Amino acid sequence: MSHDFQIFLLLTVIKIAVVLVITLTAVAYTVLLERKVIGHMQNRWGPSRTGPFGLLQPLADGIKLFLKEDLMPLAVVRPLYILAPMIALGCALVSISVVPFGSFTPVSIHGSPGVDIFQIANVNIGLLVILGITSIGVYGIALSGWSSNNKYSLLGSLRASAQVISYELALGLSLVGVVIRAGSLNLRTIVDTQVGNGFLSWNFFGGFQFIAFFIYLMAAYAETNRAPFDLPEAETELVAGYHTEYSSMKFAMFFMAEYANMITVSCVATLLFFGGASSPFAGWIHPFGPHVLQVIMPVVWFVLKILAFLFLYIWVRSTLPRFRYDQLMSFGWKFLLPLAIANIIATSLVLALRA
Amino acid sequence: MQLALFLIFGALAIAGALNLLFQRHPINSALSLVVVMMSLAVLYWSLGAEFLAAAQVIVYSGAIMVLFVFVIMLLNAGEEERTKGSRAAYSVGIPGAAAIFCLLAFVFLSERDALGMANIGGRLANGADNIAELSQVLFTKLLLPFEVTSILILVAIIGAVVLARKEQ
Repeated sequence: MSHDFQIFLLLTVIKIAVVLVITLTAVAYTVLLERKVIGHMQNRWGPSRTGPFGLLQPLADGIKLFLKEDLMPLAVVRPLYILAPMIALGCALVSISVVPFGSFTPVSIHGSPGVDIFQIANVNIGLLVILGITSIGVYGIALSGWSSNNKYSLLGSLRASAQVISYELALGLSLVGVVIRAGSLNLRTIVDTQVGNGFLSWNFFGGFQFIAFFIYLMAAYAETNRAPFDLPEAETELVAGYHTEYSSMKFAMFFMAEYANMITVSCVATLLFFGGASSPFAGWIHPFGPHVLQVIMPVVWFVLKILAFLFLYIWVRSTLPRFRYDQLMSFGWKFLLPLAIANIIATSLVLALRA
Repeated sequence: MQLALFLIFGALAIAGALNLLFQRHPINSALSLVVVMMSLAVLYWSLGAEFLAAAQVIVYSGAIMVLFVFVIMLLNAGEEERTKGSRAAYSVGIPGAAAIFCLLAFVFLSERDALGMANIGGRLANGADNIAELSQVLFTKLLLPFEVTSILILVAIIGAVVLARKEQ
């Protein structure tokens, strides 16, 4: 192996390890954030006993889930039962690999070609990779219900998978407007087209993609099975839906997969509609301060935007009532899909007339 | 490196296809087919057709095979029954299959130049952006097949809706 390739491999492995650790920690603390925020919105404290302000609660939850008895009912189809949560969690974590969370910062060691430390994989079809991995995640849900050999699980998983594949269409079509405007599916290019005039050049404001943003948001809430579209998981419905028969570690994997999907969706929303890692004052305030600050600040802005989206997710969960299943399906097919197509037509008309 | 990738994923595709034939339960066969589709997507990517690889994953593995899996789950298809094959079939079938395989391999290898070759790890069309190239051809030279294919799919959807409707 050549020297350059070794350096590339080393840096990539380090990046993957760091991103994985940070994502899993973020997942654990998103659970805590949700419990505290929903608690405060319901006029009570969330978890506040374990550690100061309940900050050790995720650790306690992790220990509990590890030490719980791992039940495996006798009649389940074993290989699929074990595979399903792995597919769900794997797909949720792989999508983070194409997300750029800072500005382009090549690092070169001993004169090797620079390796960007703020993105793991810069592929030309980054957006399609995320959509493709979301499509594969459906198998986690479908197989978990089937392998549990339980009618409630099967019905819950069929409902959840039907919901996910219906809203995948609206999700994909809502992103086409952004792609038309940026002219590429590469996530770095899409972020770079939103720099120039501070927050006015973001796709939400200057790109007039606000309809697309709201379609994307609603479709993403349905994709991640979160309220108000969380019928498959509601306790009063089909027991616990597709993860009824799962306990301890495998249940934890489903749980983490759901929150990791939330984080991925927030990442994609910031990249495509809110300028990614660029600051809202990008073109107006000249970058100042030491070089380290200029490298760190975009990451800080990115994290702030993600936190805003997570807060929005949690806020919506604590406020809105659940959709009934037929309302959910007709909303996705009869309202969001035609609206997304209309958005594509309008965007391409405007861009064609301008050119 | 590209050769290693090709060998691994080609072997995985063949293993998946063989598993599809030998499994008894249809859902295991369907999942083996998903493995085949994803290996093919990796092979497309290694040939430089990245958009096609993504489309293969999104459309084929992520939508069509999901519907296959749905149907198998809903119809509750059980394991298939196996009978012992007749000895005549084995004694004629295996040499026959080997002969056909040799014949096809000979034809493909000797007509290699006429059939065209692609290099592993190659880039299509001077490294221009894959999707721009594809859309150039799709919406100018191949516009009629594109529109006709959309109408074909629409006809299939309408047929399915009509067949699945409740009697009124």
